[in-house]
Order: sequence, then structure tokens, then C-alpha cells
Amino acid sequence: MKKVGIPRALLYYYFYPLWREFFTGLGVQVVVSPETNKRIMDAGVKVTLSEVCLPVKIFFGHVIALADDVDYLFVPRIIKVEPRAYICPKFMGLPDMLRARIPDLPHLLETAVDMRKEETDPFRCWENCFQEVGRLITRDKRLVEEATRRAFRAQQNFQRQLAAGLLLPQALEEGNTGEVEVAVVSEQSALRIGLLGHPYNLYDRYISMNLIGKLQDLGVSPVTPESLSVQDIENKVGSLPKRLFWTLGKRMVGAALNFFADTRLDGLIYLSSFGCGPESLVEELVARWAKQQGGLPLMLLTIDEHTGEAGMNTRLEAFTEMIKRRRIK
Amino acid sequence: MKLTYPHMGNLYIVVRALLTSLGLDLVLPPPTSRRTAELGVRYSPEFACFPFKLNLGNYLEAEELGADTILMAGGVGPCRFGYYAQVQREILRDLGVDMEMVVLEPPDVGYRELTDKVRYLVGDCSWWRVVKSIRFAWQKALALDNVERELLYLRPRVLEPNSLEKRYRTAVEEIDAAPDSRAISRAVQEFFKTSRRMPQRQGRFLRVGLVGEIFTVLEPFANYDLERRLGRLGVQVERSIWLSAWINDHLFGGLLRVKGGLKHADRLASPYLNSFVGGHGRETVGGAVACALQDCDGVIQVAPLTCMPEIVAHSVLPSVSRDYGIPTLTLYLDEQSGEAGIQTRLEAFVDLMAARRRKGKGGMLDGSFSGY
Repeated sequence: MKKVGIPRALLYYYFYPLWREFFTGLGVQVVVSPETNKRIMDAGVKVTLSEVCLPVKIFFGHVIALADDVDYLFVPRIIKVEPRAYICPKFMGLPDMLRARIPDLPHLLETAVDMRKEETDPFRCWENCFQEVGRLITRDKRLVEEATRRAFRAQQNFQRQLAAGLLLPQALEEGNTGEVEVAVVSEQSALRIGLLGHPYNLYDRYISMNLIGKLQDLGVSPVTPESLSVQDIENKVGSLPKRLFWTLGKRMVGAALNFFADTRLDGLIYLSSFGCGPESLVEELVARWAKQQGGLPLMLLTIDEHTGEAGMNTRLEAFTEMIKRRRIK
Repeated sequence: MKLTYPHMGNLYIVVRALLTSLGLDLVLPPPTSRRTAELGVRYSPEFACFPFKLNLGNYLEAEELGADTILMAGGVGPCRFGYYAQVQREILRDLGVDMEMVVLEPPDVGYRELTDKVRYLVGDCSWWRVVKSIRFAWQKALALDNVERELLYLRPRVLEPNSLEKRYRTAVEEIDAAPDSRAISRAVQEFFKTSRRMPQRQGRFLRVGLVGEIFTVLEPFANYDLERRLGRLGVQVERSIWLSAWINDHLFGGLLRVKGGLKHADRLASPYLNSFVGGHGRETVGGAVACALQDCDGVIQVAPLTCMPEIVAHSVLPSVSRDYGIPTLTLYLDEQSGEAGIQTRLEAFVDLMAARRRKGKGGMLDGSFSGY
């Protein structure tokens, strides 16, 4: 059986169920790289430019971790996954960057994902991509169609689970039942902190230094942006003076605006990677609005490959302590 | 209404020609300087690009001179430039600076929004007059590019570069002040006539292609006067981005035939970068290939630190370098870049090109010569 490799990085955190179902539907074995570790990060840092952001460096590390074991690597060139909004230029050049920096890669499945203006179904943009990729793997057109349908269903299911409150890492697990576990911290005294940040930073336990786990240990129940529905996000960003043309930035701003309005929250933590282009502007807006509205304390955490864990712990403890005191008053 | 707009090389002359002939009242920021950078950096997000910070500094300096309205371009990504104005507006508001911002956005749904904004600016001026003003400004853009091209060619050759640069500045001032097209061409002719007669060195000169993000290529303050430094090291600079070509590509939809258009560069980039990546990323790669094909001795890429499209381009440049045997140097620039460091790296790169020229091309090249 042919093996297709999917790096556990970047948009894996958004689209893995879609990709997994598509390839298994074609009868291909899907191999996902292991969770990020120091070796993966170091391998990525070694082959990339120092100016590249940490998540992209780590993506390269995951590709290297997979390269020898698979026949294909799935690295779609993501231009637009919704009309009139991009991810980031680096996603558009990812296959080219890989080819230029890593010798002897397995065959790259790199078709472009470019949603057209008039399309409304959020998954339609993947259809052409899947058709093209499917042709490389099988001649059976019906099989490709069937696999695509299955993939769309899996992705919808995944998003429903997120909206129902399941944390993203659990929702990504294969064969999860879809039953939402009730959050462990249910006492009234528990602090609730909203998290902002790209999923590939928040949910990669190595990049985020297990931010979510650490907060839970401090008695905080974290509220993630993924628990907000697309509609919640769109409603809020619709009021901006100018449409945001970054898909991820839009999610960030939309989540922040929702969190500002959420009276049950005690604070916000914004996790971003050093040198992230769109973030440098989006984060600035969020920080300014937070100050203008004055309600919620906000802490910005910027990470890169040199960030120390002790510093992170100290800041998290100080922040939660500050919020607790604020609440007593 | 006292209108101002940010600097980018000689662009201010072109825009001034357009706006004053439409009868608008302008207050231009002083030329971008250390002070501009300091002001901009103080109030900008740390990781915003250098152009963002310099723009903001320009606004604040213009405000001190009495400007009350900012004219700015927009865009719809994926480069950050399109969202500059939105963030800058918030910053100015938090600073308590009372300036209105008119952002010319590319038509998203229709041309109505754009034409409304132009109407707002120009009042009851006729569309015919608008067209005439655009033509006049365009002539200035072409004239500026012509004298600049000549400057880049002559700088390594003339024995007295100081006096050449003085003539160039005079020509630029004359073009800026020219009230009609006759005066524009007179200024250009005058510069050509006097500068070509200057005493010159003979021989073949090193030629380096300059590619990268448009603002850092065109704004001498942002690139630490790179072209001047190279010229004085005896290198002829072949620039990939020209104001007139850029105006033609972006405002006239590439209708006119101008040297150095975008389409060519896109085609050349394709084996290395197969998609547009916003900003000038693809043009940078295509421009580097074009330089190699025109037998340049090296390529220098300039970009603001954290510029996403240029990071993608930079990532694939080693392949261009390998395939064409041309060395490349990438400079990321921001307020932290030191003058001495830039000078040293340029000198080292020029030495490398000269040594390769002596040994015959193809020798001693091992990947690209890049880094800070």
C-alpha cells in the first residue's frame, strides 16, 4: 500500500480530518509525523532561514521526519480557503520553499487550493485539489468522488465537535466518539481565560510549551477560539471598517472581539510566534482595542525557538495571580 | 484640507504633480530622516515592517507642519501593506493626533467606492482635468526614471561622483518644479548633456542586479543609500523596479509598453516559485533570474525585516544561484541595521564578484552569499 505523509504542523490543525479521510478513502495509508520534539525542531531550524517564523521552521522539521518513510508528501499550496482572504504568503510558497531547501524529497502532492470569489461552500475549494491529487493515485474517478464526499463529512463532523466545546487535540484524534467531555474545572471559583493564537501554536504542545496544560494545572479553565462558530466570528469582524483579508487573522480578531464581550472571562492570553507578519498588525489591533475597552486583562506571549520554559511559567503564574487578586477586589 | 502622503523615493514628485494640478493643497513631510524613523518606531508595533514605521513617522512630521488629511493606498493582501492604514489610524487616534485618513482601496466590489473617494478629494474638478493631470504626472515619472537610470550607469564611471550626484539632484528638482512637459524634457536633456560630458573611467564594470520589496528598493533612506554605496565601489546597479513600470502595472493595468514590466518577471520565476505570494516576492525571484540572463555579476535582494513575500523569495534564491551560477546577497533592513555592517557586507560582496570575474565565472561559488 502506498503511503502518504502528512506533517503534523501548520494547517494539519485545521484540516487533518479532511485530508485523512480523503486519502484513506483512496486506499492509501496516511502517515502523520510524530508530535513535535526537539529533534524535529532542530532539523527544521537547520534547513530554514533564520527569518522564517517558528511554525514554518517546525513544518520543515516534520517534513524531514517523514521524508524517508513515505511515497508521497501532501503539501497543498494554500492560496485561499475562503473567498477573498489569504492565509500568509509563506503558505503560498511552501512547496517551492521545501524543494529549494530540502534535497531528495519524496513526490510532493502540491496542488493549489484557491477558492474562487463566487463559491460559497467552504469545502468547494478542496474539490479541484483532490481531483488533481486523486488522478496521481488512482484512475478510478468514482473512488475519488466518494473519498471527497467522505472527507467533507469528516471535516464537518470535526467542526461540529469543536463548536460543541471539544478541545481541538481530542477532536483530531482518530475514532473519537464525538462526545463532549465536560470541562474538568467546573467550580465557580475557577478562572476562565480566553486564548488567542494560531491553532498550530496553541495546540502544538512543544511550541506552546503545553500552555493549555499549564493553565489547567494553575486551576484555570482555558477557553479556545475553536469553541466559537464561524458565524460568531463573522458577525464580529463584519463591523470592522475594512475587511480583513487574512483567514487566520480574521479568526484571531473575531475571537478577540467575542471574548471582549464575554463577561464570564477573567482574562486573555495571546500567543504568537516571533516575526509572524500578519500577527504584527492583528495583535497590535487586539491589544489596542483591549486597552480601549479596558475590561479584560491581556497578556501577549511571543515565542520562538529560543524561548525558555521557566520564563513562560513565571509569566503565566504572575498573570493568573494578578487576575485572581483583581477578582477578589 | 491640507493633504499629505508618505514618502517612497521620488514618488512624492509624481504624486505632487498630480495633486497640485488638480488644485489640491499639499503639505509634504520633510524627506525621511533619522528623526522620521525614531518617531515612527516609537509608536509602531515592534514587528511591523520598516515601511510601516517610516510612513507613520512621515505622518507625524507632516502634522507638525500643518497637514490634516492623509492620503494612503490600500490593498487586499496577502501582503501586510493593505492593512497599514487601518492600524496607523488606530495608532494616530490613541496618540490624540487628529488627522483624517483617505485610503484609496482597489475596487473590491465595484469602482464606485474608489471614484467616490477621488471625488471627495478633487471636489468638482472635471474628469477631463483628472485625466490630463494623470498624464502630466506620468511624464514626470518617466523623466525621473530616465535620469535615475543614467545616474546608475554613470556613477561607477565618472571621476567625480559628487558632482554627478549634484547634477542629478538639480535635475530632480527641476523636474519637480517643471510646470509643463516642455520644462520636463528640458531638465532631462540638460542632465544628459552635462553628465555624459564628465570625465570617465574606461573598462568593464561590475554589474549587480537589485531586486526586492518595492519600498526598500526605491527609498534610499530605507536601504541605507545602497545604490550610492555600490556606485562608489565601482559597481553599476541594474534595478528591477522602476516607478514608471510600477505605475503602469498597477494603475494602468500594464497597458503601456514600459521597460521592466511585471509579466516577464513572473514567467522567469516559475520554475522556482510557482505562485504569486503577495508583495514583490515573485518579481524578486524573476528579477534575479533576469539579472542572471543579462549577465550580471551578482544579485542583491533588499527587504524589510519580517517581510513575508521576500522571505519566501529569499528561501528559493539559492536554487537560482545554483542553476545560473550567480551569487546573491540578501539584506533585511530596519531601524536596527547598522551603516557600518551594511557597508562591510557590500564591500565583501563586491570583492566576491570581482574575484569571480577575474577567475572566470562559475568558479568559487558555493551556494549563496546570504545572511545579515
